[in-house]
Amino acid sequence: MKLICTVCPQGCEITVKKNDEGWHVEGNRCKRGREFALQETISPMRVLTTSVWIEGGDHKLVSVKTDRPIPKEKIGEAIGELCDITINAPVGRGDIIIKNIADTDANIIATRDVRLSS
Amino acid sequence: MRVQVDVAIIGGGPAGLAAAIACHDQGIQDILILERDRHLGGILQQCIHTGFGLHRFGEELTGPEYAHIFIDGVKDRNISYLLDTMVIEIRKDKIIYALNSEKGLIEIEAKAIILAMGCRERTRGAIQIPGDRPAGVYTAGMAQLLVNMEGYLPGKEIVILGSGDIGLIMARRLTWEGANVKMVCEIMPYSSGLARNIRQCLDDYDIPLLFNHTVVKVHGSKRLEGVTIAEVDSNRVPIPGSERYIECDTLLLSVGLLPENELSEGANVLLDEITGGPIVDEYRHTSVDGIFACGNVLHVHDLVDYVSEEAEIAARGVARYLKGDKSDSRISISHGAGIQYTVPHIISSRDEDVELFFRANGIYNDGMIQLTYGKDILYTKRYNHIVPGKMERIRIKKDILRQLDMEGNIRISWRQREDELSDEAHMYSLSTGM
Repeated sequence: MKLICTVCPQGCEITVKKNDEGWHVEGNRCKRGREFALQETISPMRVLTTSVWIEGGDHKLVSVKTDRPIPKEKIGEAIGELCDITINAPVGRGDIIIKNIADTDANIIATRDVRLSS
Repeated sequence: MRVQVDVAIIGGGPAGLAAAIACHDQGIQDILILERDRHLGGILQQCIHTGFGLHRFGEELTGPEYAHIFIDGVKDRNISYLLDTMVIEIRKDKIIYALNSEKGLIEIEAKAIILAMGCRERTRGAIQIPGDRPAGVYTAGMAQLLVNMEGYLPGKEIVILGSGDIGLIMARRLTWEGANVKMVCEIMPYSSGLARNIRQCLDDYDIPLLFNHTVVKVHGSKRLEGVTIAEVDSNRVPIPGSERYIECDTLLLSVGLLPENELSEGANVLLDEITGGPIVDEYRHTSVDGIFACGNVLHVHDLVDYVSEEAEIAARGVARYLKGDKSDSRISISHGAGIQYTVPHIISSRDEDVELFFRANGIYNDGMIQLTYGKDILYTKRYNHIVPGKMERIRIKKDILRQLDMEGNIRISWRQREDELSDEAHMYSLSTGM
């Protein structure tokens, strides 16, 4: 597998191969590049950011995120759980909206305040 | 309503908020922020993705989280602000006229003004795409506002023109919301977006990125029905015969940002043709006495972290100005080979080291940035790699500045490594001489 390292702006082109001895990484110019390439190849992780409907607030939507990166393949399932829910205002930054989203151990937390509409 | 303030700040986005906090912390009491939106925070509020604050806070925050740190900072300090307030004119004698539905016409007399209006997106008109004028053609930021703040999906079959970060972020955002992003076309042979965004926003979802491609025609009567794309040659001219019709109901444009300087021009502030922002000294003082500028109204930044930093530089400038510190010099900075622009444009005092920000005008490998003064080389820094998409900086020591003429000129240029040998003797004489 070929990928461009995104740890720093140098953008090394890294090749990751698996043989009998294990993973083989080429093209990285530093140790962090190797770690990045292995993580991306074996189990890429992503933070999900989206927004959720909110009622009675001074905004229609509240922006949210996972409080830690979740496996990339879980993103679709997590969005599915979030698209149907509506929560009630007020909400504060950091408030947990959903616990253990898509069985990832990560929580969905609000990233902004939404006050009651005046 | 008529008010007098020490500092009026035009815009309550990241630049204005950081400038207000820093002005307060410099001991300025009477500060007023004027914001046209109904909340503070500016465009950060709709940038719900992560990636903000890594330099400044050592963690990746979302836009609203980054904004809130500064909004809290403004509120904790009891700094005044007016929301829903549109500044309609700034005069060069630092009288500001603003409108607000509660207070009507407001006249503000300021001792100093900080311009922090940010930038606007370039539109279809700015890049002159021919064809019909149906609904469904949006700037990427407008689509971001609709999806993230208003809860509307702008369309289902999407083509994105321009691979800047906003376009990339929106490709992923729309995919997550169930739209089909067919492709991203980029007229240049490279993307100005971050490699991380290309990976996480396009590659993760198998969205093709077509370099050297642009949209040459828009089709549709009421709603967009499709676009014609074409490959371009090295002069960015479409190659005849390469046209392809792509069915879509939405075209997003992520084709650059323009500093929003209509108010500045009204105050006779001189602008740089390249950046589209004011010409400033190292304290971000514009050509008009007492008017300062920072953030994307000055030049478009890569990261909000640098906007906050620049706002703090401007605030220090305002504090100096209000104390009556005058400039003692006017060293100009000109750009040579490889350099698109610099900020600041001039250096007006020699009391402190000056951080010079610059952007390359192309992709260069294996060389160096040099500052020259006449025939003397003031400074050399090696770079393996330099790209237009990344703002670079170098620090000019005050000891060096003090040895220059008050009205001298510093030239900044890129040199390939092979040009370097002939300079060695010269560098030696300089290092002993200075």
